[in-house]
Amino acid sequence: MVALVLPRLISFEGPVRRSMSVAERNAAALRSAYWLVMISGFVEPVVYLLSIGIGVGGLVGDLTLPSGAVVDYAAFVAPAMLASAAMSGALAEATFNFFGKMKYMRLYEGMLATPVRPFEIALGELAWAMVRGSLYSAAFLVVMVALDLTTVGRALLAFPAAVLVGFAFGSLGMAFSTFMRSWQDFDLMGSAQFALFLFSGTFVPAESYHPALRWLVEVTPLYRAVDLIRGISIGTDEVLGGLIDVGYLLLVTAAGLVIAGRRMTTLLCK
Amino acid sequence: MTEGRPLIEATGLVKRFGSFTAVDGIDLSVRAGEAFGFLGPNGAGKSSTMRMIGCVSPVTAGELRILGLDPARDGPAIRARLGVCPQSDNLDPELTVAENLTTYARFFGIPRKVARARAAELLDFVQLGERAGSKVEPLSGGMKRRLTIARALINEPEVVLLDEPTTGLDPQARHLVWERLFRLKQRGVTLVLTTHYMDEAEQLCDRLVVMDAGRIVAEGSPRDLIARHSTREVVELRFLAESQEVFVDKLAGIGSRVEALPDRVLLYVDDGDAAVATVHDRALSPASVLVRRSSLEDVFLHLTGRTLVD
Ligand SMILES: Nc1ncnc2c1ncn2[C@@H]1O[C@H](COP(=O)(O)OP(=O)(O)OP(=O)(O)O)[C@@H](O)[C@H]1O
Ligand SMILES: [Mg+2]
Repeated sequence: MVALVLPRLISFEGPVRRSMSVAERNAAALRSAYWLVMISGFVEPVVYLLSIGIGVGGLVGDLTLPSGAVVDYAAFVAPAMLASAAMSGALAEATFNFFGKMKYMRLYEGMLATPVRPFEIALGELAWAMVRGSLYSAAFLVVMVALDLTTVGRALLAFPAAVLVGFAFGSLGMAFSTFMRSWQDFDLMGSAQFALFLFSGTFVPAESYHPALRWLVEVTPLYRAVDLIRGISIGTDEVLGGLIDVGYLLLVTAAGLVIAGRRMTTLLCK
Repeated sequence: MTEGRPLIEATGLVKRFGSFTAVDGIDLSVRAGEAFGFLGPNGAGKSSTMRMIGCVSPVTAGELRILGLDPARDGPAIRARLGVCPQSDNLDPELTVAENLTTYARFFGIPRKVARARAAELLDFVQLGERAGSKVEPLSGGMKRRLTIARALINEPEVVLLDEPTTGLDPQARHLVWERLFRLKQRGVTLVLTTHYMDEAEQLCDRLVVMDAGRIVAEGSPRDLIARHSTREVVELRFLAESQEVFVDKLAGIGSRVEALPDRVLLYVDDGDAAVATVHDRALSPASVLVRRSSLEDVFLHLTGRTLVD
């Protein structure tokens, strides 16, 4: 029995350990300036929440959801802000920083001369991106609870969901970054990210879009993320819808990682 | 375990980039404890070969076995036992000198405590102990090179691959590196290196191959190669004339080969003094005469030509 299980455990242990060593390198590279960057990533969604959720929410008043439930506009917007905070936290790390390390610092060339494999670098970088994404999410959830926009119990459940959102976007961003030729290409990605932020059922329910547009909105990853987290934080208890969202995000994570790993092999192991 | 068996064995090894063939079917075998060198002009395919041996570049065709393993299947296991110093340094600019070694150690799964101890030891080994806390960027080129070499040793490798380890170093730094590499060799570490310096090849390598346009054109110990491809001595004659070319005919028959360069004529002979006497017998009076031993450089230039390939 042990003889059967052990080799498998060992072959699993290697990749995970090596991925963690990649994340560890980033921890070692942490410098004081980084904290400033991190703080701005947290402040942004809070500013949106306060200005739009509470400011505009004061004008909009309560919102009646398709399910019939009536919620405060700020409570409606807050989970979307959480989802996009998780998204941008993970994306920042998995796109700019990842690209810079790969292309300009040539960091991965050094790593690949060790037992570390391209896929493991992708996994390690993603895990690292998630530390940042998770910190944003946790801090934002604390704000939500403090403003009475959700309960502590729901916030605790929304946290892993937000982490999953970060994983999905981090891995997607990394996959995209492997196709980027220069920094200019990131402008496109920034625009795409902003469009997602605006049109993913963030500020209005997706049901209010024209049907032709609605399916497009509903198929975007940020919409899925918003739908999942909103379901949890407001408590619509749509279990099936939630599971679909989770499945979708898991799939995006896996696909992104595989693509990133493959592309890195093509780019770096010539 | 690998006693007697070659540590690195290649047969018909090919590397192609698209339709361009960088390595064109080479055979080689490197034994444990040996210092093996690659010589060759720019673009000969030395680095391409080194990268295949380092298991970071897939083999296009042919057989390659490293430490008895297959690079395509056992890359991580092989790389765990190799040390690599690439042609251009790729140190981590965001880390300090010491951190460059300790984080690198973690990629091999070396415990933190051991990593710290080894890093300190290796920094002393390459005489960078005093710069341990410094960032990488302000280091001089030679210091970076030494740090890269130290990094290649962090996992106590059985084989160290060094792609032009001393290019760009000043004479002091080169001698330091040679001395360190020699010490590694004495400890039984197998060294595989490429170089453009003939003195480096003669100093360090037990055996070497000369590559040209992706192929191996000669193989042997430095002394073998000189014996096989050159004469014992070379006489360098400088004539006061527009062209040295015209003297080739007049010198014909002296030694085994006469070569005219823009500024001098080379006679490849076994006995330099006797050859000089013959030159004077023929009533030729060169402005300067130099008799020297044949060097690896003569072999190299003879085999790969004096013109730039690219
Ligand atoms: N990634 C690549 N894509 C396309 N061609 C390449 C690549 N790497 C190397 N080559 C080509 O392969 C040939 C051999 O290159 P290689 O770097 O192996 O030469 P080298 O012997 O190390 O030369 P040098 O002494 O200049 O370092 C060169 O013509 C080079 O242009
Ligand atoms: Mg080279």
